[in-house]
Amino acid sequence: MTVLFDGVASGLLLFLISVGLSVTLGLMNFVNLAHGAFAMLGGYVCVLLLSRLGVPFLLTLPIVVMVCATAGMALERTLYRRLYGASHLDQVLFSIGLVFMAISTAHFFFGAQQQPLQLPAFLRGQLDLPGLDIGVYRLFLIFVGLAVAAGLQWMLTRTHFGAELRASVDNRRAARGLGIDVDRVFSLAFALGSALAGLGGALGVETLGLDPEFPVKYIVYFLIVVAVGGSGNILGSLYASLILGITDVVGKYYLPQAGAFFIDAVMVLTLIFRPQGLFGRGAAR
Amino acid sequence: MQLKNRLAIAALALGTAFPALAADPVKIGLVLPMSGPFAAYGKQIEHGVKLYLAVNGDTFSGRKVELIVKDDSPGTSGDVSKRLAQELVVKDKVDILAGFGLTPAGLAVAPISAEAKKPMVIMNAATSIITTRSPYIVRTSHTLPQDTAPIATWAAKNKIKKVYTLVADFGPGHDAEGQFKKTFTAAGGEVVGEVRVPVRNPDFAPYLQKIKDTKPEAVFLFLPPGAETIAFMKGFTDRGLAQAGIQIIATGDLTDEDILDAIGDAALGVYTAFHYSEVHKSPENKAFTDAYAKAYPKDRPNFMAVAGYDGMHLIAEVLKKTGGSADGDKFIAAAKGMSWVSARGKITIDPDTRDIVQTVYIRKVEKAGGRLQNVEFDQIVDVKDPGKQ
Amino acid sequence: MSPDAPAAAPALRRVDLGPFARNAHWRPAEFVFWLLPVLGWFAFPENLPLLTQIAITALFALSLDLILGYAGIVSLGHAAFFGLGAYAAGLLARHGFGDPLLGLAAAVMLAAAAGFISSILVLRGSDLTRLMVTLGVSQMLYEAANKLTDITGGVDGLQGVEVKPLLGLFAFDMVGRTSYVYCIVVLFLFFWIARHIVHSPFGLELRGVRQNAPRMPALGVPVNRRLIVVYTIGAAYAGVAGALLTQTTQFVSIDVFSFPRSAELLLILVLGGTGSLYGALLGTLVFMVAHYLLADINPQYWQFWLGLLLVLVVLFAREGIMGGLRRLGAAASAARLPAPNSTRVPR
Repeated sequence: MTVLFDGVASGLLLFLISVGLSVTLGLMNFVNLAHGAFAMLGGYVCVLLLSRLGVPFLLTLPIVVMVCATAGMALERTLYRRLYGASHLDQVLFSIGLVFMAISTAHFFFGAQQQPLQLPAFLRGQLDLPGLDIGVYRLFLIFVGLAVAAGLQWMLTRTHFGAELRASVDNRRAARGLGIDVDRVFSLAFALGSALAGLGGALGVETLGLDPEFPVKYIVYFLIVVAVGGSGNILGSLYASLILGITDVVGKYYLPQAGAFFIDAVMVLTLIFRPQGLFGRGAAR
Repeated sequence: MQLKNRLAIAALALGTAFPALAADPVKIGLVLPMSGPFAAYGKQIEHGVKLYLAVNGDTFSGRKVELIVKDDSPGTSGDVSKRLAQELVVKDKVDILAGFGLTPAGLAVAPISAEAKKPMVIMNAATSIITTRSPYIVRTSHTLPQDTAPIATWAAKNKIKKVYTLVADFGPGHDAEGQFKKTFTAAGGEVVGEVRVPVRNPDFAPYLQKIKDTKPEAVFLFLPPGAETIAFMKGFTDRGLAQAGIQIIATGDLTDEDILDAIGDAALGVYTAFHYSEVHKSPENKAFTDAYAKAYPKDRPNFMAVAGYDGMHLIAEVLKKTGGSADGDKFIAAAKGMSWVSARGKITIDPDTRDIVQTVYIRKVEKAGGRLQNVEFDQIVDVKDPGKQ
Repeated sequence: MSPDAPAAAPALRRVDLGPFARNAHWRPAEFVFWLLPVLGWFAFPENLPLLTQIAITALFALSLDLILGYAGIVSLGHAAFFGLGAYAAGLLARHGFGDPLLGLAAAVMLAAAAGFISSILVLRGSDLTRLMVTLGVSQMLYEAANKLTDITGGVDGLQGVEVKPLLGLFAFDMVGRTSYVYCIVVLFLFFWIARHIVHSPFGLELRGVRQNAPRMPALGVPVNRRLIVVYTIGAAYAGVAGALLTQTTQFVSIDVFSFPRSAELLLILVLGGTGSLYGALLGTLVFMVAHYLLADINPQYWQFWLGLLLVLVVLFAREGIMGGLRRLGAAASAARLPAPNSTRVPR
């Protein structure tokens, strides 16, 4: 069914942007509400490159990833690092302060209106298969989303860095005791999360639009994914995003009058019955 | 010369040397969303107001205009707008209140205008009832029904019989839906399906699919200008609804010059009814758009800029008529019935309702001069607000 | 206790409530603080609408402090109760029952009832869970109010809200005099009550719950029941704040349920510092005055400077303004104490 396919694509875009937040929150125990600002950064970089410098769309993506990773690492080293020990509430205040600054900066440089983005022709339109109309761009999103999910999971379970990351998260002191440079690991993880957010933001411009209010418009969705998926759990975020995307789209198709309620209702119900999220780990904090 | 004459001459010289001291500035309090989700509205309206002053000078009947801009972000919080208006009246002692990007701001501030007897010029908010809330309110923008009824009439006359309506699920959306259905069915058309989408709605996939399955001749749309409009329009072409021959009809909010470039080619072929287009052919509009392009090269003039411009024009003309008095009753008496040719065409302030009467054009989005434009091809003159009839 | 005393039943020990009583005494700094509203009346007579808004938001922040600062319930949906209170007062005023005190009473009852019913949702779960559940509930309430636009007025607002003069004598005027005195009095009254609550044994239990909920049953504290009570009280307070907003502006729209209101409230409270009641009040004062002054200077980009302020506060003053003040106070008194010269044996 086309609607199901749309839900999957929607969910995977959500996953792309939110997975970074799951990483920073779950793995590093840092509430970074400025996550959406990195997505916004990715979006603006992509638009700048594409619309003003004529860089082909696909080429803008790796540049976006690098820019956001660098920005993330720079901010982590200078600012975020000081707040690892701070209370969650202080982290909230801090990251919201950053969001305000980011919004204002974007407003100043780019104006308050929506940014135009024209996809290359080969990513537009539909493929008409029997019984199923597949949007080309949505197919592209699904492909990228799954690739990223697979890559992340592989990195986490099969690479040295992934092992270091998991060790640092489980027990920072013991990891240090084993000679793992925890600070470097966290820096890299933060950079990774920001890079993914940026990628998601760039890919999302086509469907979500881009204006300076982006970080606050969508932060709620990202938080929902992390809460339902269980923070720190990459596969959990994937499943949660898919569930939310599908429920939202399918729900709106069959029961449009209740459209706005679906995502919130699913989230609230899930969290009531499973407070740690569908796939969250128990309270091992 | 006799001493008497010399003294007289000296007195005359002194008197004419300091005329400016006698007249205080006219203070105008502009309540606009300058930051937040509706910052684009505030920016355009402010552009319009300031452009008028730049082009025509800022002194009318010997009084200089002083603007005080207050940001009522987010724009939807009537309590914030009201508090700002109270301050403007009590502390800054403004003579005129103006601006109002959204209806809640207008409705919340109206009682202040009534109580303090201050003229209030609405430069964007588009719900019919606002002007009834204070006898000192004048509107220079438009009302939603004023632009909705014509597109319904036009559609019915042009062999579009089956329409599917899709509106954002909030007050203005309900009003647009209601007005469209009323006019369209009265003209013999049939609404084959209707849906109200959540205001914050990133994904139109399910709705577009439903429309595709229903196969109407046209879709009537009302969405707040912004990301949702773009998402819908792009989805409409991507999903093949345009190829299936389904038309899009809407009010010009959909193809606002501010977002037209962001929608891109997906907007081509859309029919809208609206009161202003950047390519409206008239000497007044040419002067306006040229001045705008020089002052604000990064933006395109749209209906909000024109409303701000015309609002300032109204204030200026009233001041000239009253000899510089901004007293509430004198202001309104002078404003009623005032008529002029603005950049959009002829407009009149209805003496009975103090609302705006203007020409509504039927336009189609085409490429003109390398840019997407709303090209006018038909019009209905002197449209009064149907919401009040 | 001499070893050769008769083996009689030990006498009942009296619990020394001295520390409680001492803590509950009003400090001089508090008296100074409560002179501020009076000062405001005389120093800024043309800014009364702003001061009134500050008072209302301060009460709202107070309500969040009760549940967050004292009981540890993180909420991003507190605007739900604010909105319910606002609409209780608004709908009554719309239909002819415009007496302000009646509106307040209705708001308290409706908001408290809603708080009681929804408290079940915040009993378990981590911070993130509660955050999202409260957020989800308030979003759904917003959407529900939007669906009922015919009753609530939707985004455009309820029409015909007519608030009668307070006590039949003081009309709500444009300058804002009646509004200001009304809100300050209500704020002070509810603050006073809150102060009693937090300095009572109940308040201490709440603090225990926040710090270590699993441990509390061992001390005989029924955690869930305490949470339900405090959440209900917090909801009631928020409802009062909402009613005050409607009554002083004679306007209410579904915007009162909006997420930005809940989010801004959390920011204000964290800025001021949780768990001290005064943090809520100070946070409100600083945030709103900063917003006001910055927006006056630059209506378009004030948000940048406000964000910078928040970032700097966190970097240099953990636990908000109250935290910063406490540290200054500790540094000051440490400077006053004699140098540790340990000839005294600690008992």
